[in-house]
Amino acid sequence: MQVNENFEPVIVAFCCNWCSYAGADLSGTNRLNYPTNVKIIRVPCSCRVNPMFILRAFQKGADGVIICGCHPGDCHYTSGNYFTRRRITLLYSMLDFLGIERDRTRLEWVSAAEGAKFAATMQQFTEDVKALGPNRRLEDLRCRKQ
Amino acid sequence: MQRIGVFVCHCGTNIAATVDVKAVAEALGHEPGVVISQEYQYMCSESGQELVKNAIKEQKLTGVVICSCSPRMHENTFRKAAASAGLNPYLVEIANIREQCSWIHKDIATATEKAIILGRTAVAKVHLNTPLTSMESPVVKRALVIGGGIAGIQTALDIAEAGFDVDIVEKNPTIGGKMAQIDKTFPTLDCAACILTPKMVEASQNERITIHSFSEVADVKGFVGNFTVKIKKKARFVDETKCTGCGLCTEKCPMKKVPNEFNMGLDNRSAIYIPFAQAVPKVATIDPNYCMMMKSGKCGVCSKVCSAGAIDYKQQDTFIEQQYGAIVVATGFNPIKLDKYDEFAYNQCPDVVTSLELERLMNAAGPNGGTLLRPSDKSHPHTIVFVQCVGSRCDDEKGKPYCSKICCMYTAKHAMLIREKYPDTEVYVFYIDVRTPGKNFDEFYRRAVEQYNVHYIKGMVGKVTPKSDGKIDVQASDLLAGEQLHINADMVVLAAAIEPDKTARPLATMLTTQMDTNDFFTEAHPKLRPVESATAGIFLSGACQGPKDIPETVAQASAAAAKAIGLLCKNSITCNPCVAHSDELMCNGCSSCEKVCPYGAITYVDKEFRMPDRSTKVRRVASVNPAVCQGCGACTVACPSGAMDLSGFSNSQIMAEVDAICK
Amino acid sequence: MQEAMIKRAKELLADGSVDRVIGWKRGEFAYDITPAVFTSAEELDRDFVCDDFTAANVSKYLVKETQKEGKVLAFLKPCDTYSFNQLVKEHRIDREKVYVIGIEGGPKLDIEKIRAKGITGILGVRNEDYTLKIETIYGTQTMPFYEAVLGKCASCKSKKHVVFDELIGEDGDVLDSNRFEMVEKLENMTAQERFDFWRDQLSKCIRCNACRNVCPACTCENCVFDNPKSGIDNKAPADSFEENMFHIIRAFHVAGRCTDCGECSRVCPQHIPLHLLNRKFIKDINELYGEYQAGADTTSRAPLTDYNKDDCEPSIVHERGVE
Repeated sequence: MQVNENFEPVIVAFCCNWCSYAGADLSGTNRLNYPTNVKIIRVPCSCRVNPMFILRAFQKGADGVIICGCHPGDCHYTSGNYFTRRRITLLYSMLDFLGIERDRTRLEWVSAAEGAKFAATMQQFTEDVKALGPNRRLEDLRCRKQ
Repeated sequence: MQRIGVFVCHCGTNIAATVDVKAVAEALGHEPGVVISQEYQYMCSESGQELVKNAIKEQKLTGVVICSCSPRMHENTFRKAAASAGLNPYLVEIANIREQCSWIHKDIATATEKAIILGRTAVAKVHLNTPLTSMESPVVKRALVIGGGIAGIQTALDIAEAGFDVDIVEKNPTIGGKMAQIDKTFPTLDCAACILTPKMVEASQNERITIHSFSEVADVKGFVGNFTVKIKKKARFVDETKCTGCGLCTEKCPMKKVPNEFNMGLDNRSAIYIPFAQAVPKVATIDPNYCMMMKSGKCGVCSKVCSAGAIDYKQQDTFIEQQYGAIVVATGFNPIKLDKYDEFAYNQCPDVVTSLELERLMNAAGPNGGTLLRPSDKSHPHTIVFVQCVGSRCDDEKGKPYCSKICCMYTAKHAMLIREKYPDTEVYVFYIDVRTPGKNFDEFYRRAVEQYNVHYIKGMVGKVTPKSDGKIDVQASDLLAGEQLHINADMVVLAAAIEPDKTARPLATMLTTQMDTNDFFTEAHPKLRPVESATAGIFLSGACQGPKDIPETVAQASAAAAKAIGLLCKNSITCNPCVAHSDELMCNGCSSCEKVCPYGAITYVDKEFRMPDRSTKVRRVASVNPAVCQGCGACTVACPSGAMDLSGFSNSQIMAEVDAICK
Repeated sequence: MQEAMIKRAKELLADGSVDRVIGWKRGEFAYDITPAVFTSAEELDRDFVCDDFTAANVSKYLVKETQKEGKVLAFLKPCDTYSFNQLVKEHRIDREKVYVIGIEGGPKLDIEKIRAKGITGILGVRNEDYTLKIETIYGTQTMPFYEAVLGKCASCKSKKHVVFDELIGEDGDVLDSNRFEMVEKLENMTAQERFDFWRDQLSKCIRCNACRNVCPACTCENCVFDNPKSGIDNKAPADSFEENMFHIIRAFHVAGRCTDCGECSRVCPQHIPLHLLNRKFIKDINELYGEYQAGADTTSRAPLTDYNKDDCEPSIVHERGVE
């Protein structure tokens, strides 16, 4: 595949308020760098992330979508991330079934203490999406940037 | 028509050094609906807040976006400021351009571009914000303290002192915790029991304090101000209300070969036992693993000698349920197991002991009545080697990455006490460095070196080898002298790292509180909220939050109590208004949402709907109790029709954010 | 069987046990069958039909029917009983208002497969020892019966009625079906092949909404695709993305609730194998969270409103199949 060196992917990260968003804050507090491509949307819990949001992101021009939540067992709301895990596993499997590249979607558990993991995860995810190139299989041509 | 104000904070140079704040303010000024876009050095300062308040009033703002630090820092500050200027606080959104932008990026151009996108996203969201009103929820005026060590005792005493009922749940048969096992305390060398036991008695006698000893927390439900806790009272096979603590049963019990936990297994106790003389409650407990009556049905001596008739071999675990307004965690610590440290021969040689075992060996109530003797042959040791940092400050899997904090000081104490009592004993301490940051700590350590001639050697012990003559060869390096040493020792004392109690992890899950990677509870803010957990109504006391010595533990225990009292003083608390709600017209009544709700906040009602043809139709629809809902949003995704939505994080708001980022 | 059904329906109407009967009636042509509600013996005699073409699942109609006064008699094939049970479980059907008579199931016939043989002017069909005799205006033609069977019947999962008040005919068993074969085949393709396959299929979608409207799991009072407030409403796909989105979201909304009745593919005028999307979810659920058949009972927790603490991580998607 032809890799465009100048390609800067748009990456949407949904982070739960209690663990992953705090983890993202911690990577900031510790000045741990990760690419500017990543833009975070704060949600109360990873279980708030509706598959509609993920598809919407791809429609509007995102090249990768990552969801971050508390580690299983540590959900602030006890069980939210367990539901997330099932829903997102099935959704990602469906996207894969439709031939959408697997590396465009990810789910990671990042605790409030894991600033370094957050930064490393975002670094890796951005690189993976960059390697895939622009999202062409699940894009809305009307939203393509010129 | 929306009138949105955007305020970009420099945060001194924290933001302004890597983000062109002027450019951000300028760019966001062109976003639809934005009528004013300003930047200021410190938005959170009083004058910064004034700026926002004045703009709200003068510009008649309908929404405010603050581009600043994380909403976890100052969302509340700006919400309050907006409210005081007459704008609903939930019409304020924060764009996190410090933690998630200026602090992680170095290139000004790209960081500025990202800050503009983050600001634009917040503007897009605030367009769809709606005014929200908080509900009030009553506070149960009772506190639960989990753990009955010095931290739990101190917290309970302070809360009771303030006039609130408080329950202590302690998993062991007695309260007192680790401090009860300690002989003397640093840096004053006063006896631990002499200062702890009066507090234990005070706790047991305080009318407002209920002690559930030999009990565990089985389940926690609810939320701040209104927790429902299920407490498991483990069967101790002795009726607590009848037992007088006379101790006759423990004397007469024929099974006397049970390792005594209180003395770290250095001597034995009977199958029915009272952990130590000053135990609170002073009630006997039968150990069913050793009791001959329980194991074979043959014995019953204790039952015969008990004049109070307190023995009950058939006793079962019981459960009690109680409401609490606040919960304080004080689960404490344990020394780590040293099984993996073969190099120190801990498992092979009885004369290699941990520091806590040494405390018992030196204690008057210990196995040797206070005379320090070698566990192997009960002889007087003449050379004792202390090894510091066993499992602390460790890079590998075996140990802990952190400093256990208390070891330097208690080792100085041990060394000093031994030299004081047995001046013919040579004491060596091997250390990485000696850490003494505390009041009178360094003076204390210097006394050990200068006055008591304890041999402090900078270096690590490589190998401890028991020899056939009963002596122990300690092979170590002296880093300052640059030489290898062999010390012919009689005893080796290992300063084992301390770790959180094993019960803490499942408890954190029940309490929905966060822990760090070492299983210490995480405080809400490392500097500004050190005794609160991130979960409202859950407070942290003592070593469960991190390694601490006694004065620090007591200080934190009182601080946690003060925070809990602050909560219990309130008659009601303001609920989070960002909760779920169901659109009845769209709801199918399918019950999917109810199944994923962790709080049972959703119920169903049959509701009559008027149809377009003026007929009526009764349909089952979901109804959310806003006082119970905590706003996770699980129901919103379970709902296929989209009837369920979450205030503050609505479908349309999140999609607007997605659109703004991807634009 | 048709006579027995009409006879029983008349009895139940006559003694007041039920007020209405839901079944099928013939349209313009013999194969042109639609679900219908009957309220009198005369209507039943005149229009009621149950034959090789009555494939339609009538359970969904009971959502509206049970909101009305009175009791309904419903004739349900084994596959329909799963849908019925699922709707009862979701409180969409008032079980008290339905009298269920279980009837033998298919295999039912697919008129398109008969036409595909070049047979036209069809007047009626007869199954004679698994040879299909087709009466046409041009005379009688024949074809093997199984070549004319509907896709959904060819991979039948169960001949067992999971709910009924009485049975006409025999009850059968849950079958070992080969229904995941095509899903597996797709899973073993490369991502590009899968993408091309689905692009080929989904680009045919004309958004007639037939799949949604026939689906017994799609009974929302207000579908997200019709609701301007949902943010994803649209009437016709303007872009390939929207073709994809409609079918992904629809499949996700019925995941764990779809009984695999196959109606979506049966009614699709563009012959898109939509059931494969639902079967993919069912296959994943079975493999990852344990065997689950929606509609088999009315009490179990649906897989998406349930969890196990040691469920697999989404990274399993990377570990299976072909990229």
